[in-house]
Amino acid sequence: MIHPIPPGTRDILPDEMRELRRLHLSLMEAFEAHGYGEVSTPTIELDDVLARGDGRSTGSAYRFFDERGELLSLRSDMTIPIARLIANRYANAEPPIRLCYISNLFRAVRPQRGQMREFVQAGVELIGAPAPQGTAEVIEVLAAALDAAGLDRAVIGLGDSDLFRQLLSELGVEGEARDSVLERLATHDLVGLEWVLGELDGVSPEGCRTLVALSQMRGGREVIEQAREIGGGAVERATTRLRETFDALEARGAAGRIQIDLGLLRDLGYYSGAILEVYDPALGHVLGGGGRYDELISRFGVDLPAAGFALYLERVHVALLEEERRRASENAGEGR
Amino acid sequence: MTQVAGALGPKADGPLKLAVPRGALFEGTLDLLDAAGIPTEELRSDSRSLVFAAGSITLVTMRPSDVPTYVEAGAAEVGITGKDVLLEQADRMVYELLDLGFGECRMVLAGRAGDSRLGEAERRLGTVRIATKYPRIAERHFEQSGRQAEVIEVKGSVELAPLVGLADGIVDLVASGRTLEENELEVREEIAACTARFVANRVAHKLRAAEVDELTAKLRAAPR
Repeated sequence: MIHPIPPGTRDILPDEMRELRRLHLSLMEAFEAHGYGEVSTPTIELDDVLARGDGRSTGSAYRFFDERGELLSLRSDMTIPIARLIANRYANAEPPIRLCYISNLFRAVRPQRGQMREFVQAGVELIGAPAPQGTAEVIEVLAAALDAAGLDRAVIGLGDSDLFRQLLSELGVEGEARDSVLERLATHDLVGLEWVLGELDGVSPEGCRTLVALSQMRGGREVIEQAREIGGGAVERATTRLRETFDALEARGAAGRIQIDLGLLRDLGYYSGAILEVYDPALGHVLGGGGRYDELISRFGVDLPAAGFALYLERVHVALLEEERRRASENAGEGR
Repeated sequence: MTQVAGALGPKADGPLKLAVPRGALFEGTLDLLDAAGIPTEELRSDSRSLVFAAGSITLVTMRPSDVPTYVEAGAAEVGITGKDVLLEQADRMVYELLDLGFGECRMVLAGRAGDSRLGEAERRLGTVRIATKYPRIAERHFEQSGRQAEVIEVKGSVELAPLVGLADGIVDLVASGRTLEENELEVREEIAACTARFVANRVAHKLRAAEVDELTAKLRAAPR
């Protein structure tokens, strides 16, 4: 007789668990080597507290009442619980504070390979270290984590989450129209983007072309200069931030995996400045992401700049398997 | 469009795979690929194979409704499919890069010609029964217009449903409108204009930027 489990959850058996545990250990070793201490927070939090971190409160799909009638949430990311933890436990500590975690999280996604409703994220949070050095440190740790995991082909996309928000303000696009443009930029719906821009009053064709062109600019360091030539205050500020971060990374010898991507936009409400995404050529899905969230912790009453990243552990595992298969077939090809 | 300088980072894994939709968009897709300088003779002459080499890229043929699935997973880096399919599968994360302009259709709400059933059901029962192959588009359309509908998913000829009383109306894709006419149905509301779209996998769009941009530019510039 089969006793069902909820969709999007699963049992993990020894063969897989052994590999996941190994991955766990190598990532944790990389985090610790950079001075990040592991923390654990409750799987359930008070819903009000999580909502404070993300005003749209879209995070948690699983909410329920406890015996006192308090509304509880299963956490859907670790950044907000850690922001709360900082306010509770480190408000008077000497920054920077370096924390890391490997935790189970919950989201109501469509279950598929590497994407379950209960999943594990491994990540770090660097609190109290501003851009560009703080951002560069986080990216350095991320690169080290990818090395430790064995994903030597993985790429880190680096963009700027303020670019389009500020650019749209400059173009006089506000409110609902702005959200509608940002949503299409985030999903890279270029057909919809051109349509929405066409419907807007008062945005010059040149402004529209700038938006569309910027969203497609990605590549090496040269992209920063190419974008800068487009001009305008928002572009100037974003490219300056990107250049400073890139310079700091080069000084650390950690720029090797970077792809500058001006079209990068993540939909989480708390990012400001640099944003990150991680890709591996062997996997069609994003391996993880992160960025700066300089405003987030102040929502909990402690004004500290912060940055971090999180990797989806199961997706890293899938990518590793694909990379192993690829290497095996390449070696077999060479042997012939 | 901005040309991205230099492929970054890791070497690409083999030629770019383009998902080609069989069915109503097939001819238009092949004509467009020809115009863009991508050879399609092999594909035209062989209706049984699924995978074809075409110059610097590989063409893989499939049902239009499978294209978002393959592209989201990265099994095909890029693809061509109808906007109707993308709207129905709006939760598939693919980048919509280009409106290709061909395969023009309209997604419509239709009811029996000269029949007040749709309006009557809405007025007297507060809800209408809608048969469709596009349940999510239908549900979203009624939800966004603040109305109630009971959406009935059917797989075959949708036109049958209102004729025999399964539904008060249908939500369907209409090209010329002839099928509607033949079944004594008429368009009541337009939901969306649909054409063929060029889509890309999120990761391929980043990691194979130069190739994806080059193909996008070719398709954009292809004479129609």
